[in-house]
Amino acid sequence: MKKLIRLTVNDREYDVAVLPNQTLVDVIRYELGLTGAKKGCEMGDCGSCTVLMDGKPVNSCLVLAMQAAGRKIQTIEGIETENGLHPVQEAFVQKGAIQCGFCSSGMILTAKSLLDKNPNPTEQDIRKSLSGNLCRCTGYQHIIEAVKSVTP
Amino acid sequence: MSEYNVINSRATRLDAPAKATGKAVYIDDMTLPGMLYGALLQSPLAHARILRIDTSKACKLPGVKSVVTAKDAGLIKYGVSPARYDETLFCHDKVRYVGDEIAAVAAVDLATALEAVSLIQVDCEELPAVLDIDAAMADGAPVLHNDYPGNVCAEVHAEFGDVEAALKTCDLVRTTTFKNKRQDAAFIEPQGCLANYDLSGNLTLYSSTQVPHYVQRTLSMVLQLPIGRVRVVKPYVGGGFGIKAAANHMELAACLLSMKTGKPVKMNFTREQVFTYGRARHQFIHTMTTGVKKDGTIVALKHQCHLDGGAYSSFGIATVYYSGSLLGGPYKLPNMKYDGYRIYTNKPACGAQRGHGGVAARACWEQQLDMIAEELKMDPAEFRLKNIMVAGDVTCNDLNMSSLGMKECIEAIRDGSDWKSKKGKLPKGKGIGMACGFFVSGAGYPIYRSDTYHGTVMVKLTEDGGKALVYTASAEIGQGSDTTFAMIVAEAMGIRLEDVRLESGDTDFGVDLGAYSSRQTLMTGHAAKEAAEDVKKQVLDVLSKELNVPVSDMDIRNSFVVFKKDNVDFSGLRTRYIKEHRGWTDNPQSGPLTFTEAARIAYLAKGSIVGTGKYKPPQLGGKYKGAAVGTSPAYGCSAQVAEVTVDMETGQITVDNITDAHDCGRAINVTSVEAQMVGSVSMGLGEALFEEVKFDNKGHVINADLSEYKIPTMLDMPSVKPIIVESDEPNGPFGAKEVGEGAIMPTIPAILNAVYDAIGVRIHELPLTPERVWQAICDCQKEK
Repeated sequence: MKKLIRLTVNDREYDVAVLPNQTLVDVIRYELGLTGAKKGCEMGDCGSCTVLMDGKPVNSCLVLAMQAAGRKIQTIEGIETENGLHPVQEAFVQKGAIQCGFCSSGMILTAKSLLDKNPNPTEQDIRKSLSGNLCRCTGYQHIIEAVKSVTP
Repeated sequence: MSEYNVINSRATRLDAPAKATGKAVYIDDMTLPGMLYGALLQSPLAHARILRIDTSKACKLPGVKSVVTAKDAGLIKYGVSPARYDETLFCHDKVRYVGDEIAAVAAVDLATALEAVSLIQVDCEELPAVLDIDAAMADGAPVLHNDYPGNVCAEVHAEFGDVEAALKTCDLVRTTTFKNKRQDAAFIEPQGCLANYDLSGNLTLYSSTQVPHYVQRTLSMVLQLPIGRVRVVKPYVGGGFGIKAAANHMELAACLLSMKTGKPVKMNFTREQVFTYGRARHQFIHTMTTGVKKDGTIVALKHQCHLDGGAYSSFGIATVYYSGSLLGGPYKLPNMKYDGYRIYTNKPACGAQRGHGGVAARACWEQQLDMIAEELKMDPAEFRLKNIMVAGDVTCNDLNMSSLGMKECIEAIRDGSDWKSKKGKLPKGKGIGMACGFFVSGAGYPIYRSDTYHGTVMVKLTEDGGKALVYTASAEIGQGSDTTFAMIVAEAMGIRLEDVRLESGDTDFGVDLGAYSSRQTLMTGHAAKEAAEDVKKQVLDVLSKELNVPVSDMDIRNSFVVFKKDNVDFSGLRTRYIKEHRGWTDNPQSGPLTFTEAARIAYLAKGSIVGTGKYKPPQLGGKYKGAAVGTSPAYGCSAQVAEVTVDMETGQITVDNITDAHDCGRAINVTSVEAQMVGSVSMGLGEALFEEVKFDNKGHVINADLSEYKIPTMLDMPSVKPIIVESDEPNGPFGAKEVGEGAIMPTIPAILNAVYDAIGVRIHELPLTPERVWQAICDCQKEK
């Protein structure tokens, strides 16, 4: 039996009918059409479905849509500013931190969340914070350089 | 300062903004009206005879639109190498591994499709399974394929020179055996596809593939569709590394279901299915005997290799050849003998993965060469330099090193890592090691026998003159090929990168064999350059007539027409151009003639300006059986130094840093070259330290997920110092050649050699888990 919930995603409110076992990633992707969050494993291992919930990165494949009701969700589609790309997005573009791009949404959101809390992270801070986001293309080096290059 | 305007620089990738904002469309982001969802029934048994398949309950489930089995699909055999087509879309007589495909369902949603799959009844007689090479080769072992008794899928025997005679002349002969473990490529995007068979009988498959062209051919053949009816389109792809380089069952099943239902059908692999489909790196067991003179000259290599192939051939015929042929260089080696055997086992098929066939062989040999250098009391760098090939050398198996910066790579890592002050001087538990490697810049021949061009490219100028549009069927899978080709076109035409738009990955755009064997930069790059030069010539020809200036006195640079002699009056052309664009805000007022004006004038004279380019390799060396595997128009090469710390109490290895030099010919996009280099190190590091697909005794993968199959995280990757060594490859566009696979070759052996330097024990089996390293340290202490 579906239940109507109200989701706040990228500052917009959506009323959606969801099943109790429906994950947040499925609702975001297939009901709301926000396909920037990717599904790489559906087990919370890869981080490609990362979204920010009340500012904290979560694997949206491990969050039930119903658990997200009343929380503030931010996806990759919601971080661009009036001036264009968010500084973290811009840094990823400029530093060559994107290859296949499948991890990029999650990687960028996790990095944003880190920088929101800690605008001057050390390299080890960056490595620890982003270690839950897997990337098979880059070897991470350009990603680390990108995050380092974002100045407060 | 580079002599080039566009290439040989750091360009921002064309696709980066779309990928940074979540707007880039991957396969699972696509929907079509009326779309159905498909699911596969896969075997839970490793080896069984199929007695009866009953789909009646599944068919009756509300919401189910079609259920298909071998009865519907037919029994047309396919695979990768036409010489070993050993798969059918669905199993009909036997299942041969856990995951073998038996049936597929299309339904209104995924939950219904999955429920229907669970309702299909299959009666089986379980057969004994063979799960490793020894079991498969034992006398009286159960046979997977009746056509291949003894479970030998393929064997290779090749000898160049006279190895036995040569070994007798050697001062030092050493033999070692080495084994790696079965890999998973662990790209982050699982395979997926969306098939659409329309009312006119045309089939379009959107798929997460590296090879739209080969998928198109396989679909046409297996589904018996008339020529010209199949189109394959690749959206953005979340990595492939070789595994997505052939048509898979899911693609075929989705197409069949779409044909049966007349509706679009979407299917995705789960992460578990990525593992059970397999097709990644084989397990190799290498035994190598190398003979050298006491001055360090390498004289002969005798090499035997067994590959655990899994249940079907996939790329395995090429793999078993590559694992021998890729040792022909980069050292001068006059005598080489190779005996390779690929063995069928009741596990998912193995195939091609980054560094196809050569990675474990390279690891085995480069470690052995280090052992020999030590016995000869030679520095490993000096030993390698003594034997190194240079540009113009041809290997004993006829691989022509038309450019080879191998020596420069060794020198670069030696000096860049401070090797001389570290080698042999680090404290216990710290180590430094080096290794080399090389790889093809594209397979010299297509997978099927054909005179086809390997790549065609079309460049069309927009009729308003504003942009050059590039159409290529090549596959951007994350490596940055779209940007590379746009840069090549811009350079060859003399226009700015921002004046180029590019569309790729669609079989309607032409022929391109796709992203495998590190072929696209060289091969598609050639075709792109030729198409761009064609367009440029057409524009200049028109200008020449209009202005009465010889073509040889004109050029295009930075999107402006450059006249070599002064006082060319083009005001008439400018006036005409501006008249054509009344009211537009960006009309040229003064200054030199723009490319846009020239392109518009050319269109007014000739209609649409379209240039075409094509490439196929020239006749390549090697007349012996199997010479087609390994021959390439060019070879990239690399050398790496790894520094490690080993915890002597626990066996835990930390890779502290890697110094990495690669000869990619002329670097087109420097950032992308470095990205391939560091990415290769990452994959090699994972294979060296953690990665192993594990099975239980019934043939189930027991770590079919990304928590138990461990790939490097950001905490595991060391700092990598990439050093690009440029050569000018005569067979490459602007001198360019590969980087995507050669760059992985030295990583594992560099780490192995560094670990030895740290702990004083050689380890001949991967991965270097703490347990294995700790055990090796203990065994060594006991011996003492």
